[in-house]
Amino acid sequence: MKTKAIIGLILALAAAAFILGSGKAQEIRGTISGGEKPRIAVPDFRGSGDAQRFMDTFNQTLWDELAGSGALTMVAKSVYPLNVPQRPQDFRPPSGATSNGPWLTDWSNPPVRANYLAFGYTGVQDGKLVLFGFLDNASQPDPTSAQVIGKLYYGSLDADGAKKVARDFAADILRQFGAQSLDGSKIYFVSDRTGNKEIWSMDYDGSNQHAITHYNSVSTMPAVSPDGRMVAFTTYALGNPKIMIYSTETDKRMPFYNPVSSAVETPEFTPDGRHLLFSTSLDGWVQICEADANGADMRRISHVRAIEVSPKVNPKNPTQVAFISGRGGAEQLWLMNIDGGDLQRLTDGAGYVANPAWSPSGQFVAFAWTKGYEPGNYNIFVMDIARRVPVQLTHGAGRNENPWWAPDGVHLVFSSKRGSTTQLYTMLADGTNVQQLTTRGNNIQPVWSKAIN
Amino acid sequence: MKIQSRAVCVTAFAVLLITATACKKKAPIAAPPPPAPAAEPAAPPPAPSTLAARINSFTAEPRSIERGQSATLRWSVANATSISIDQGLGEVQANGSRQVFPSATTTYTLSASSAAGSDSRSVTVEVTSAPPPPPPPPPTPSLSGSEMLTQQAQDAYFDYDKSDIRGDAQTALQRDAQLLKQIFAADPNFTVVIEGHCDERGSAEYNLGLGDRRAQAAKEFLLSLGVPADRLTTISYGKDRPVCTEATEECYQRNRRAHLSPGTAR
Repeated sequence: MKTKAIIGLILALAAAAFILGSGKAQEIRGTISGGEKPRIAVPDFRGSGDAQRFMDTFNQTLWDELAGSGALTMVAKSVYPLNVPQRPQDFRPPSGATSNGPWLTDWSNPPVRANYLAFGYTGVQDGKLVLFGFLDNASQPDPTSAQVIGKLYYGSLDADGAKKVARDFAADILRQFGAQSLDGSKIYFVSDRTGNKEIWSMDYDGSNQHAITHYNSVSTMPAVSPDGRMVAFTTYALGNPKIMIYSTETDKRMPFYNPVSSAVETPEFTPDGRHLLFSTSLDGWVQICEADANGADMRRISHVRAIEVSPKVNPKNPTQVAFISGRGGAEQLWLMNIDGGDLQRLTDGAGYVANPAWSPSGQFVAFAWTKGYEPGNYNIFVMDIARRVPVQLTHGAGRNENPWWAPDGVHLVFSSKRGSTTQLYTMLADGTNVQQLTTRGNNIQPVWSKAIN
Repeated sequence: MKIQSRAVCVTAFAVLLITATACKKKAPIAAPPPPAPAAEPAAPPPAPSTLAARINSFTAEPRSIERGQSATLRWSVANATSISIDQGLGEVQANGSRQVFPSATTTYTLSASSAAGSDSRSVTVEVTSAPPPPPPPPPTPSLSGSEMLTQQAQDAYFDYDKSDIRGDAQTALQRDAQLLKQIFAADPNFTVVIEGHCDERGSAEYNLGLGDRRAQAAKEFLLSLGVPADRLTTISYGKDRPVCTEATEECYQRNRRAHLSPGTAR
């Protein structure tokens, strides 16, 4: 049993290692395994004059962004030297063993042993908050050749501005390590905190939560278009369950023509954003169909006396559809061509499967599965679609469902009932670094959208 | 539906009749006063006895009361040697009054007699029950259909992750089919929504499909029993409208159901 878990973990590490493609494999392996992550020291920045008021927010945001990426090992602040540089010109080479001021070896030697040092300061210029952000490679002997980043960042002179410059700086740092910043990405989800299930939106870190729909009905199962500009969902606002599409830029409804059917549900955009796959009740069974993004030209894809839902198109192979089918008994994860052919079952028939979600690379499918547990007790699994080996990421801590990949391909967001309510969490694709995003009401069915450019 | 309400009316009328009859029985026909004893052999009665008993007055005030209220009987009798009121009141004085609490309309008979002759008089205290509520408005057919459906339709229950109509569900749906035919016959505009529901364990996405399937399966079964298709629609609520939320098999079973509810009138 233990061996199995370890093998699972190794597979997860290997799996995650390839997520960003072979070019970045080395960095990401470091990211996920924990052993080879670059160590970074991030001392608190200070602000001159009015800027100091927002530095607590800034320092917390910068730390959280870098720590949450999973790409770096954060060196604890308690071991930092007292002499903290604020500008490159603050560095003073020591005279033998005598310190004359900050020097990079203060940071690269024990006990800090940092590979990188982020430092800088903020000030106010023309009523704006300005960050002077620097990243040095601490292993370089000379500060003049150690600088990796030296850049100015601008934001409004308030807490939001402090968060913004911190995130922008963190995004630049993370880019150095092959980790993609999630800054600007959004999570759409379902919350019942108003008493009814509505579609909600939030920033990737859980901030800025707000309702998109206000139907006082049941609105569920959001999907987001690849460009992040449209959200499709299932709603009872019109009577029987139907699909609606909203613009994420205006929060306004867009046209979608539903087929005449007792149930239309689980919409999903194709990678080109021009079509929608969904399930609709035909001949007494919910079946998978495709239509234009406005609902026109509907065609049926599956023809079987079974319930079939949650069609998800591989983002890198638009002819490949993962979906959930009850054909042959308990619902399982299946793969088919978008023309309905080449059917393959991906899970072994045990338990019940739900919520397939492709990684941005098209190489992995995350899903919820009750294998090894009672019906209803789902856990999150990830499967390399080429190897077909499922790797379990959660292990019975609550009911874990609705996995969805972050645009960076390294994080997953999912729902979990770990107390009396169901909340949204993020974790790295190896199941570590679990962070809770929501607290109010019940929150389910997250989908993670990249930032709108 | 009309048939049903007519039946109710007939029943109600019958009850009224029975009640009325019962009331009459309670007010016994006044027993004929005992024959006056022959005067001859008796010891010579006192002077008054030479006069026949005479009832001057016998009244009830008020004559009509509500149940629970009282009426007062008053009387005045002359020349009598024996005076009594029936209904358990017994012997009374020549002049008097008595409060009575009849629970139903009652006739009181005052009998007075003397050796020379007897007299009797009756008064009736009418007892009404509490004022009846205003008559209900004539039932509109769709309302009664809704009530019948809500009160009498039975849910069809399903196994976990299944939409097969079990034996107990067949029994329930057979009764529902009879009920629906009755309702539809009475109201040509009445429609019914078959709701499909699931327990909380499956995924929301699959349960929406499963609830749809359960509603469809129940509909197909009702159609096979001759229920007209154009009166039935279906909707799946998946697991969004549970009747209970405990994590027990008993509660799960209550939620795995097809439920009939009134639709919008055609």
